Amino acid sequence: MTSEALGTRSAALSADDGTGAGTPDSGGSAGGLVPQNRKKRPPVVSQLLLTLALLVFLAPLAWMVLSSLKSAGEIFTTPPKLFGESLLFSNYSDALDFLPFGRFMLNTAFVAVTGTVITLVTSALSAYAFARLRFKGRDSLFLVYLGTLMVPQEVVVVPMFLIMNQLGWINTFQALILPWAFTAFGTFLLRQFFLTIPKELEESARIDGAGHWRILTQIIVPIAAPAFAVLAVFTFITYWNSFLWPLIVTNDVTTTTVPLGLNLFLGQNGQAWNLLMAAATISMAPTALLVLLLQRYLVKGIALSGLGGR
Amino acid sequence: MALTGAVRVTDASASESPAPPRGTKRGDGRAASAFLLPGAIGFVAFTAFPIVASLVMSFFDWPVLGTPSFVGFQNFVELFTTDPVFKTALLNTAVFVLLYVPVNIVVSMGLAVWISPRIIGRRYYRVLFFVPAVTPMVGNAVVFGLLYTPRGLIDSVFQTLFGVSAPNFLGSSAWALPAVVLMSVWQGFGYNLLVFSAALDAVPPSLTEAAAIDGAGPVRQFFSVVLPLMSPSLFFATVLTLISSFQVFVQPYILTGGGPGNSTTTLVMYLYQSGFQNFRLGFASAIAWVLFVIIMALTAIQFLGQKKWVHYDQ
Repeated sequence: MTSEALGTRSAALSADDGTGAGTPDSGGSAGGLVPQNRKKRPPVVSQLLLTLALLVFLAPLAWMVLSSLKSAGEIFTTPPKLFGESLLFSNYSDALDFLPFGRFMLNTAFVAVTGTVITLVTSALSAYAFARLRFKGRDSLFLVYLGTLMVPQEVVVVPMFLIMNQLGWINTFQALILPWAFTAFGTFLLRQFFLTIPKELEESARIDGAGHWRILTQIIVPIAAPAFAVLAVFTFITYWNSFLWPLIVTNDVTTTTVPLGLNLFLGQNGQAWNLLMAAATISMAPTALLVLLLQRYLVKGIALSGLGGR
Repeated sequence: MALTGAVRVTDASASESPAPPRGTKRGDGRAASAFLLPGAIGFVAFTAFPIVASLVMSFFDWPVLGTPSFVGFQNFVELFTTDPVFKTALLNTAVFVLLYVPVNIVVSMGLAVWISPRIIGRRYYRVLFFVPAVTPMVGNAVVFGLLYTPRGLIDSVFQTLFGVSAPNFLGSSAWALPAVVLMSVWQGFGYNLLVFSAALDAVPPSLTEAAAIDGAGPVRQFFSVVLPLMSPSLFFATVLTLISSFQVFVQPYILTGGGPGNSTTTLVMYLYQSGFQNFRLGFASAIAWVLFVIIMALTAIQFLGQKKWVHYDQ
């Protein structure tokens, strides 16, 4: 049942690959066209209204950036003003003086990169076994893996906290990284992709005497590079944005992550709205830029799995 | 670079030729063990074991310091009988889910349809709507704090346009939960927008054209042709959105701290308070399992119900 459903999901992969050269206007998409006049002009009104909707949608983020450049006294004005007397870029250095966000960024980057590398390696190995090897109980074991995807993180955080406590790992990077580097999601995503690779490519290598390791590293991994990119982006963003777990296992500046740092800032300096908005902008910029740069992989990954990074 | 060519992912067991007769070909048991080992060690240590451990812990009175003692179902009994906060947290979470999921699905589906192939630069629209979904939730929540606060942006727009002040959204128990929902929808719908956009793009235009020739208008085309074709996507998105919305935590934690009173305390917030502020780890595990059972039950119901309305292309 699952795979049947997933099959339909991955059928969506032949969709617009983000080159902008989408399906030619064939006068019948859900845009509600009438077939008589194929060569309609671009829908100007629709486009304008959509742009307006997008601007309203982006207003909170714009307001965040604008407020981060005002003085404390200019935050609350009626009517609202876009700009204060001058653009106070000094708010950013003030925010950074108050809490070491540069340090938090390095912490978070280290956690996210390390976690992503471990996830990619272990997921690739497991996915290969589930997609290409025959062994007893393979499909039941895979179902067990899949089943754990349904378990909410909250179920495991309490015992996980105790485990970390026992290991003496409170306020360590390994506590932030390891517990989430082995989730079934990566295995599932890569297995789905490996199954779409034609077996013929491997047959000849096998005849030439290549073992599983060489087949995986020299044939499958290069072909599946886009799937790895998707998984990497999702895993990185999930680590970067994680909040509940760091809140539980970290209370020291040496391992504080960006979201946690912003929460600290709010607790200690929440009334200084202009500095808080500067801190919020700092905390949101990295992943926002990452998405704009890597949008193609994200769009693909969502089409492929529909559950990464939720 | 495009991930094309994946027409159908069949089940592994189906795509394999039927099991070879015994003795002709050995399985890859040894290789499989080697490949599975690294992932499996982590999986057992950090997924399987903690799941079992949390179930065990839910039957204990388990302080952070001191000895745990077995109490049977007492944690669960307390939750459903004498506990003053749990019922409120359960109700708030249910209200959040009931508001959030439909609004999220309708908004994301509506925009996915709106951003049709005729829109110029459509992928930029899509990805911009998606930005808040991948930035830290704390940041998004903090920004909405500035919008909602008295004399904040919404209030000053009200003052300017209508000469009256806006409600104190986060300070009133009537407004706080809807305000949290609104912020969450804004933050999260971009994800399903991308899911539905991909599904819409996969609908063959010839089918809607055929319906149009038969006289179906755009609305009829959408509900009779497009929607059934993308029903698997809609089903999955609904299931996953429901699961994630039951776990709502950061938004109320940042915006309201669960207040005013307990009007925005959610299940996961109460779990966090019980486990990591009051140090009742067994009690917190019991809350986690109530949450898990609810999620499992609703997911099972949705999977049973899908037979009626989800069409897999056969």
